[in-house]
Amino acid sequence: MSVHDLKPITALGGTTPQVDVVAGVTLRENPGLALASVSARIGHEDACSAHLADLLEGAAPAAGKCRLHDPEAAFWMGPNQWMVGAPFETHEDLAAQLKARFGNTASITEQTDAWACFDLRGDGMEAVMELCCNVNIRAMQTGDATRTSIHHLGCFVLRRDPANWVRILGPRASAGSLHHALFTAMKSAL
Amino acid sequence: MTQKNRLTGGQIDRSRTLKFMFDGKTYQGHPGDTLASALLANNVRLMGRSFKYHRPRGPLSAGSEEPNAIVELRGGARKEPNTRATTAELYDELIAHSQNRWPSIAFDAMAINDRFSNFLTAGFYYKTFMWPAAFWEKLYEPIIRKAAGLGALSRRADPDAYDKGFRHCDLLIIGAGPAGLMAALTAGRAGKDVILADEDFAMGGRLNAETFALDDAPALDWVTASVAELSSLPNVRLMPRTTVIGAFDHGIYGAVERISDHVHTPDADKPRQIMWRIYTQQTLLCAGATERPIAFDNNDRPGVMLASALRTYANRFAATPAQRIAVFTNNDDGHRTAQDLQAKGVSVAAVIDTRTDAPLSDSFEVIRGGQVVDTKGRLGLTFVEVKLPDGTPRTIECGALGVSGGWNPNVHLTCHQRGRPTWNDTLAAFVPGGTLPPGMVVAGAANGIFSTHGAMASGAQTAAQMLDVTAVQTPQAEDGPINQTPFWYVEGCSRAWLDQQNDVTVKDVKLSHQEGFRSVEHLKRYTTLGMATDQGKTSNMGGLAIMAELAGKSIPEVGTTIFRPPYTPTAIGVLAGRMRGKDFHPTRLTPSHVWAKERGAVFVEVGNWLRAQWFPLPGETHWRTSVDREVRQTRASVGVCDCTTLGKIDAQGTDAADFLNKVYCNGFAKLAVGKTRYGLMLREDGIAMDDGTAARLAEDHFVVTTTTANAAKVYQHMEFVRQCLFPDMDVQLISTTEAWAQYAVAGPNSRRLLQKVVDAEHDITNDAFPFMGCANITICGGLRARLFRISFSGELAFEIAVPARYGDALMRRLMAEGEEFGVVPYGTEALGVMRIEKGHAAGNELNGMTTALNLGMDRMVSKAKDSIGAKLSEREGLNTPDALMQVGIKPLDPSQKITAGGHLMKAEGPVDAAHDQGYVTSAAYSPTLETMIGLAFLKEGGTRTGERMRLVSPLTNLTVDVEIVSAHFVDPEGERVRA
Repeated sequence: MSVHDLKPITALGGTTPQVDVVAGVTLRENPGLALASVSARIGHEDACSAHLADLLEGAAPAAGKCRLHDPEAAFWMGPNQWMVGAPFETHEDLAAQLKARFGNTASITEQTDAWACFDLRGDGMEAVMELCCNVNIRAMQTGDATRTSIHHLGCFVLRRDPANWVRILGPRASAGSLHHALFTAMKSAL
Repeated sequence: MTQKNRLTGGQIDRSRTLKFMFDGKTYQGHPGDTLASALLANNVRLMGRSFKYHRPRGPLSAGSEEPNAIVELRGGARKEPNTRATTAELYDELIAHSQNRWPSIAFDAMAINDRFSNFLTAGFYYKTFMWPAAFWEKLYEPIIRKAAGLGALSRRADPDAYDKGFRHCDLLIIGAGPAGLMAALTAGRAGKDVILADEDFAMGGRLNAETFALDDAPALDWVTASVAELSSLPNVRLMPRTTVIGAFDHGIYGAVERISDHVHTPDADKPRQIMWRIYTQQTLLCAGATERPIAFDNNDRPGVMLASALRTYANRFAATPAQRIAVFTNNDDGHRTAQDLQAKGVSVAAVIDTRTDAPLSDSFEVIRGGQVVDTKGRLGLTFVEVKLPDGTPRTIECGALGVSGGWNPNVHLTCHQRGRPTWNDTLAAFVPGGTLPPGMVVAGAANGIFSTHGAMASGAQTAAQMLDVTAVQTPQAEDGPINQTPFWYVEGCSRAWLDQQNDVTVKDVKLSHQEGFRSVEHLKRYTTLGMATDQGKTSNMGGLAIMAELAGKSIPEVGTTIFRPPYTPTAIGVLAGRMRGKDFHPTRLTPSHVWAKERGAVFVEVGNWLRAQWFPLPGETHWRTSVDREVRQTRASVGVCDCTTLGKIDAQGTDAADFLNKVYCNGFAKLAVGKTRYGLMLREDGIAMDDGTAARLAEDHFVVTTTTANAAKVYQHMEFVRQCLFPDMDVQLISTTEAWAQYAVAGPNSRRLLQKVVDAEHDITNDAFPFMGCANITICGGLRARLFRISFSGELAFEIAVPARYGDALMRRLMAEGEEFGVVPYGTEALGVMRIEKGHAAGNELNGMTTALNLGMDRMVSKAKDSIGAKLSEREGLNTPDALMQVGIKPLDPSQKITAGGHLMKAEGPVDAAHDQGYVTSAAYSPTLETMIGLAFLKEGGTRTGERMRLVSPLTNLTVDVEIVSAHFVDPEGERVRA
């Protein structure tokens, strides 16, 4: 890991992640996630999937699915395209790590700071999500992942374990707007 | 005496008393009341004035079909005009006012219109006020507008919040009456994901208003038990106070849930209403039926109501409009009203039944074969005039008259996708047709099944069939035959109201026919029948029947007009949801936004981005002072500009270079690793689309930059090219715009400043890292970063990118380390000034109409390869000898202004479009040259350097003498960027 002396800020612009609680539901800004996209190179699709399966200790996620695994996890983004996540603390150089593993079977792009990550957790989570996006949240199971729009922002929604927990990835530059939309929905729904 | 007309029983909570005000007077009611029921209980029948004639009006109905009792609800900024008192749930301290009257509801001066009704018939405004023509806009129209109309807006911002939401289910049931509840029980017990929505605040539909039994117990007990059971099922969601307003494409229904309309003020952070989009595979419409009135002279007097409404007010709300009532009916249902009201202690003067074989009663007089031909009473009903079967008149004293002409199924939602209802001869009514919205089925009274048992069985069985489950058992209930013969209006009537909200009478329909408006659509528009906020729920059928009779056709031959969403009036606010004011759209903030705010930056919206426009210092009172300083100091020493907003697209793959060769018109295949190249993208039609740079970080890895405005469009374009045009190319694209914070460091001291943060192992001297170089580097002791030696300002300049989370810290570090050089942050204004000084094209020049030739970049369009747009850029029309070419201009008198948008004319000659020589795209004050300068497109611009011309703007009366110069005002040789 680097030993530079620049102090990071969170997507919301703070030095510590923001946490909001409404009626037992918690919205937690999560800056501790390293991300990298993995796109199979043409002709190397099987090899890429094999690398991913090896990394995740299970098959590469199919469409609409995520593989919840430690330390690396992944969700499907498109045909032969996945987003891999891992703890930032140990994987700040996730893209480089993956490139070393995948070699020329995949194009790897650092995506860590392209996204703001929010964890919404609690028994009223579904009611909040119903005000935010058109995901069929009641039908969504642990391990499901989907792309949706929240407050006009393209987002990924991952249903985690336990099932009262969703992770929302939205564009980092609009973290404030996304947080406002989520927090407003919490106060409205709960 | 308060609540003089309050009856016994009902579903109101008498343990609590609510105070409310109507037209400034205080009344009392109870929870469970509507505004209309509470007013009736307080002996108030007069609730409004009519639209055109300002006739006194009271409620006609007890539901959402109400055309008359329309009020302004609440006060201050929360005032909502045109609200139906019949659906407004009573709450403590409710305030309502009657509308469309002056000075008071009891004495309305505009009621004089009624005296001139002969001049105000259908279409009067097409025939009158024709002369003098000049009077129309200034006199006639304002008067008409003032006289007509309904309530008035508060003209203040709505203080309430509205939400939008999304729900999904297996089965959406619309209407929680007998059919809907049975359907919900069937689907719910089978474990299906069910949503049951009802516009009323109490589920049960007509069962709430009836006294009969289900399985030997009061119907209300069954409703209570059923709702309780459904509430306990986790797979069933009950949505009372929710009106399904539209059936839209792909099984999506719009539903407005009234969260806070029944309280004085919404709770903190809670919405007033929510607009739900309900996604469902199947829909069961159980919307019930609406009773239809009979038209007779002066049938609009307060106290004349639908018979079922009288029964609802008595049974459910324990209220009656009067202590003595009569009923005018053509069917058995009217008799039930008389029985129920009499059971409540209300005196029944008579039941006037048009049928000669009507059933008789031991409890009240039944006038067989009678007809109500007229009414009396100044502000409310006092007498009805009855014509007996033998033609003799009889006057009957009563304060209210219940009218029942039969029932019409509520087919509205079946028509929202242009389905047409079909005529049912037995019912003499339209029933849902064969073409319904996909996935919709209709049950109960909405499907023409009017008996209680029939409706309940229909709900259960239909739901069971739809879901392939077992229907719940139907309780024993009233199941009498429905004998509904048409009786639309009393013969010989004239001022008999059909559409009470829009003041359309039988006479108007006849006049319309007489004047040649024979199509039902023409009738609607000429008379405005059915065009009010109630969409003619109680009036359309009467109008159609009269029209059919006049035309000698049957009603189905005449046809119907189409029903459209919304089913009931809908607040604009709920359509907007939270997307209003500052939340109208999301914003995008750069990682150094907080820092920029601390520095007092003035921001400008660029798409969703907020970019620092300039950074005023204390004492700087004009933006130009700040911008000039930023430009001067950058050119003199060093400045830093946040350029994070530029689009960044990561392009990787073994064919990445060949791919870029396709999307850029200039060559990229041979770009060396570690080099950056300026690129121009053309549209398919040869017009310039966007410009930017592409940096080659590895053989198979490029970073493409785009303009801020076109970032998404270029990415979309590249994905289209990748997926559709060249799917065999091995290239992968992903946006990294927000992943990296990027800063332009420009000025002669930019390298010295960067050397203080770039780690020592990375040599950025001119020899090691020349102009257009790029590299992955580390800074500040090991942070990964990207460095590009590119310049938009025309100075020695770099762009440095770090992961976004470190952008704030890097900006602060650059400011601290740059102190010795007098570093300045500069905003988009200074950026714009410097790029104009350098002659760089930007959005003003890449305006969707210009070509590479216009921009002076025609030689960039490679002939050695094929690229998107290259061929069509060679079109003759785009390459005429006098094509526009980019030039620079400056005023002959340095004190004069140059404005973008102005046109160039020759120094002598006419100033008109035929002699137009070109136009100015960008203009700025150049602190470097101490004069205004501009960029322009000029015919044959390449050969006109030194020519004196006129810059004109006929719109602003501008004429400035200018000189055509090179577009490169500063460092035309490009020595600085290579320093």
